[in-house]
Amino acid sequence: MSKIASFEELKALQVAERAKIAVRDGQAPTPANLAKHHVLICAGTGCSSSNSMEVKEALEKQLVEAGLDNEIDVVKTGCFGFCSLGPIMVIYPEGTFYHHVKVEDVAEIVETHLKGGQLVDRLLYDIPGQNKKAPDMSHIPFFQKQKRVALRNCGTINPEDINEAIAHDAYQGLGRALTSMTPAEVIAEVEKSGIRGRGGAGFPTGKKWKFAAGYQAPEKYVVVNADEGDPGAFMDRSVLEGDPHSILEAMAIGGYAIGAQHGFIYVRAEYPIAVHRLEIAIAQARELGLLGENIMGSGFSFDVDIRLGAGAFVCGEETALLTSVEGKRGEPRPRPPFPAEKGLWGVPTFVNNVETLANIPVIFTKGGDWFASIGTAGSKGTKVFAMAGKVNNIGLVEVPMGTTLREMIYDIGGGIPNGKEFKAAQTGGPSGGCLPASALDTEIDFDTLVAAGSMMGSGGLIVLDETTCMVDIAKFYLEFTQDESCGKCPPCRIGTKRMLEILDKITRGEGTMEDIDNLETLARTISSSALCALGQTAPNPILATLKFFRDEYEAHIVDKTCPAHVCKKLLRYEIDPEKCKGCTACARNCPVEAIEGAVREPHKIDPAKCIKCGTCIEKCRFGAISRA
Amino acid sequence: MEMVNVMIDGVSVQVEAGSTVLQAAQKAGINIPTLCYLKDVNQLGACRVCLVEVKGAKALQPSCVYPVREGLEVYTNTAKVREARKGVVELLLSNHPSDCLNCVRSGNCELQQLAHQMGIRKVRFTGEQSTFPVDDRSVAIVRDPNKCVYCRRCEAVCKNVQGVNILGGIGRGFNSIVGPAFGHALDEINCTLCGQCINVCPTGALAEKDDTQKVWDALADESKHVVVQFSPAVRIAISEEFGLPYGTISTGKLVAALRRMGFNKVFDTNWSADLTIMEEGNELLDRLQNGGTLPMITSCSPGWVKYCENHYPEQLGHLSTAKSPQAMFGAMVKTYYPQTDGIDPASIYSVSVMPCTAKKYEAARPELCDSGYRDVDAVITVREMARMIKQAGIDFVNLPDEECDAPMGLGTGAATIFGTTGGVMEAALRTVYEVVTGKTLPRLELEDVRGTMGEIKEATIDLDGTPVKVAVANTLARAKEIMEEVKAGTADYTFIEIMACPNGCVGGGGTPIVDALTRTKLPEDYRALRAKGLYNDDENLPIRKSHENPFITAVYENFLGEPLGHKSHELLHTHYTPRKKYNLECND
Repeated sequence: MSKIASFEELKALQVAERAKIAVRDGQAPTPANLAKHHVLICAGTGCSSSNSMEVKEALEKQLVEAGLDNEIDVVKTGCFGFCSLGPIMVIYPEGTFYHHVKVEDVAEIVETHLKGGQLVDRLLYDIPGQNKKAPDMSHIPFFQKQKRVALRNCGTINPEDINEAIAHDAYQGLGRALTSMTPAEVIAEVEKSGIRGRGGAGFPTGKKWKFAAGYQAPEKYVVVNADEGDPGAFMDRSVLEGDPHSILEAMAIGGYAIGAQHGFIYVRAEYPIAVHRLEIAIAQARELGLLGENIMGSGFSFDVDIRLGAGAFVCGEETALLTSVEGKRGEPRPRPPFPAEKGLWGVPTFVNNVETLANIPVIFTKGGDWFASIGTAGSKGTKVFAMAGKVNNIGLVEVPMGTTLREMIYDIGGGIPNGKEFKAAQTGGPSGGCLPASALDTEIDFDTLVAAGSMMGSGGLIVLDETTCMVDIAKFYLEFTQDESCGKCPPCRIGTKRMLEILDKITRGEGTMEDIDNLETLARTISSSALCALGQTAPNPILATLKFFRDEYEAHIVDKTCPAHVCKKLLRYEIDPEKCKGCTACARNCPVEAIEGAVREPHKIDPAKCIKCGTCIEKCRFGAISRA
Repeated sequence: MEMVNVMIDGVSVQVEAGSTVLQAAQKAGINIPTLCYLKDVNQLGACRVCLVEVKGAKALQPSCVYPVREGLEVYTNTAKVREARKGVVELLLSNHPSDCLNCVRSGNCELQQLAHQMGIRKVRFTGEQSTFPVDDRSVAIVRDPNKCVYCRRCEAVCKNVQGVNILGGIGRGFNSIVGPAFGHALDEINCTLCGQCINVCPTGALAEKDDTQKVWDALADESKHVVVQFSPAVRIAISEEFGLPYGTISTGKLVAALRRMGFNKVFDTNWSADLTIMEEGNELLDRLQNGGTLPMITSCSPGWVKYCENHYPEQLGHLSTAKSPQAMFGAMVKTYYPQTDGIDPASIYSVSVMPCTAKKYEAARPELCDSGYRDVDAVITVREMARMIKQAGIDFVNLPDEECDAPMGLGTGAATIFGTTGGVMEAALRTVYEVVTGKTLPRLELEDVRGTMGEIKEATIDLDGTPVKVAVANTLARAKEIMEEVKAGTADYTFIEIMACPNGCVGGGGTPIVDALTRTKLPEDYRALRAKGLYNDDENLPIRKSHENPFITAVYENFLGEPLGHKSHELLHTHYTPRKKYNLECND
């Protein structure tokens, strides 16, 4: 590959490369690539871990055997989002969506679909409640309300091939910025888009760039925060795995805007696929001259290095991240000075989150106005959520800002499984809160979530149903925060420990009403005195659950019961003598011999011996045993 | 100097641009409480004790790092501020042993002071307390991580001032503490035992190993003839423990106190400091004349010697073989002294009072047994000595001045300045100049080698036409700079003095602890004030050159023969041991 010498060359390359994958746009093959079908297989972490790459290998092998390898292109892609259905395969030009594809299914796909032109019915998605199969993605409700901007190329291109990225407009925004805009105009365009940081705090990105641009320094840095740490969150990972060039392009645009020539991507070592694809992307971009000296003949030079994080949640905090990039123990430092003034190695720096940057190239191809036309008054564009928990459709969801929780959970998420009742939606991860059913119609954006008592965070969305104990949930998050506290300041180091101990005491049924006061006092102290946002927001899971579910706390303390039947110490297992047939299954399986009773006589549980493991409930075929 | 106007609690003050809110508040008459902050050492904003409300800022801000700007409005005593600070201190107390009654730092613990100042009578938060093992394996320093408040001052001093960098944050969350990597003990790693970490620790998490009972036991043992030496810096530093101003010379009172405690003889390390000059000065001349390894580097500071052994084992040939004054004293007190007084050397128990924790390590070196016995039996720091004097009920301040005993109790002004950076160099040059040139020095005070904390001084002395270039460094970070030059062969010095501690022994790890607030309030660095005391002592002493000390002349005439002679080699010179950085089994 020779270096791209001008923006014009890049534009020409885009047209040529797009023609090669016209089939994926539903069109006939072009002379540039005569393959009739493009079979896309998700190579994201989720699908890969359920053997999607083995499926790909099997398919390639069978295509060779069938002599079809010249007619069919097999392509690995980034994440489609519907992760609970993995491995996912999409076949173009039809757009057929197959799920849970196994190696054993490959022969049938080749025979029936690729040779025979018929769909493999059993691998198609059942549209819930319609008794109908979805022939393609547009018929699947999960995808219908989504709008993919940040994830636009995830699931459409091979992330390890820069030409496919170029076909899908990669580096066009950079080309436009470098050839027709001044750095100030670049920043103005980002400001016009209204985009706010997707990493948690929602700080306006344009403003951040403007600050960093405002400090004069011979050396400046662009840093990407890919240290995604919220439990269950994987939007940044998916972008890096599915569309790494969007990040490199955005970094270069940002570098041009603030006057930086070097960027660092700080990515978790636990994301090996993302790191691998980033390495490939950087090498390919350098080869084409899209990174390095004199990019597209513009005179602007920019290059990128990767730094691996060692798995500390706190390194997602920007100053801790910078400290870690510098090779020191990842700990936050007080601001001011802000990174825009004194960042990496003391020079002006901006730190942007992956999802934020994934949006930047589009702002330069479609315009800041276009971006600002999506979303709400205060929050523009879309937001990617990692939806998990007690919801039917688990996966990655990108929706316009302003979509309601109800649309997210019921329309896209397909509602709560097993006919259970919705209890709360947890947003914002360990810094966020739980919103009750009354908040279901809140139009989600940065500000409404805060007003409702939670926060956007990086986009975790965990759905909780009636079987979730809210005290236990608060405890889960505090355990996480305490584990991940860097220890630098006492409020976080010791304060979160004390809160956790109180929660533990309450879930053991040993709490007092004074403990609630102490929790509130501690929460106030910690949020007002902790050094970084991790500590300051650590009490949020407690404050939010106290706000909306105080009665559950009181039930644990006053009535010594756990209304959701979760907290073991407060559970009592009982056998209903009316229902018990005396089959002895429970007694035989009880690991501690806590159940007694004669054959065909109602059995009894000795509460002194019972360890509340739940085995008896599982073994009882008559529904005679209950937790109370 | 650009000045900015800031408002602190409604009081308008002008401060230099670049100041912090903490400094501005002090100017406005407000001492904001602090814990992790330590002037010139640590500015982290970590402990959250110095929080204030800054108008316009969402969160409370740490005043120790918050920069002032024109028109800044700060409130240091609002309900929100008080609640936050008190909450933070209560949290610290909730994971701190409540053993103030028997803690070595009771009375000068900064955490205790904070708790008292904030009126904490009950700790509302309780729960698990840390149970880390206490590291008391080394001979000099005890680390109790359970008392660590994670202020990181020890880490900062070890890394930035000393450049040794063996302490750092380890663990996560509730288990975060400062310590050596992988939880190693201090004696397993390249710790120099300089004790600077103790001097900056606000609590009892770091302390000297207490050897006072050993000394009490010896004093109570009638079969023992207990002698004591005290080093140059001790006569100044001890004063602070009894409320006397920084830099006060308390030699006479200290001698009186030691006698009252029951020491059979009270000697002075200044005597052996003069002896050191004789040996080391002659060694330098010998190296110059006979092509020995140059530059020669002083070896009085045991922290420095250990650092050199750990970090520059291949450069040990540069170290003067002359023992330190403490070690020379130890060898002489069990050989020369019994001869003059007819005492059985086996009955002698030799105690030294030092401004230093590393001296405990030095005394324990296996090679320091040249008298046929352990040369120095017990080393106690200034802090331990002050505790002993207090235990004995001695009214130190009102003691009469007394004089040391002969024949090892007289030292010169040259010896007394050993206690500050540049002092050994100045003392050596006073003697070497006169020995080489046969002329009297026109001016004794060699200001060119008198440095301040963390400074490297260079000077060239004209020895009758032969220029001798010398360098003086204090702190191990500066030592490292010099040693890198020595290693590279670019150090064109003849003689180098290196002291491990900031400003030399007056800043030693065994000196009285000066708390954070006092450090900011003193008109000068407390170590500079102590050094001034030593220079005053020098000026006031009748004899100011080591070679003019009659008791030194006597020891050569009656016992040693001549400097670098056979007996000197046997008793007053030593060798060093190349060491790896880590004394672990997995070393190789």
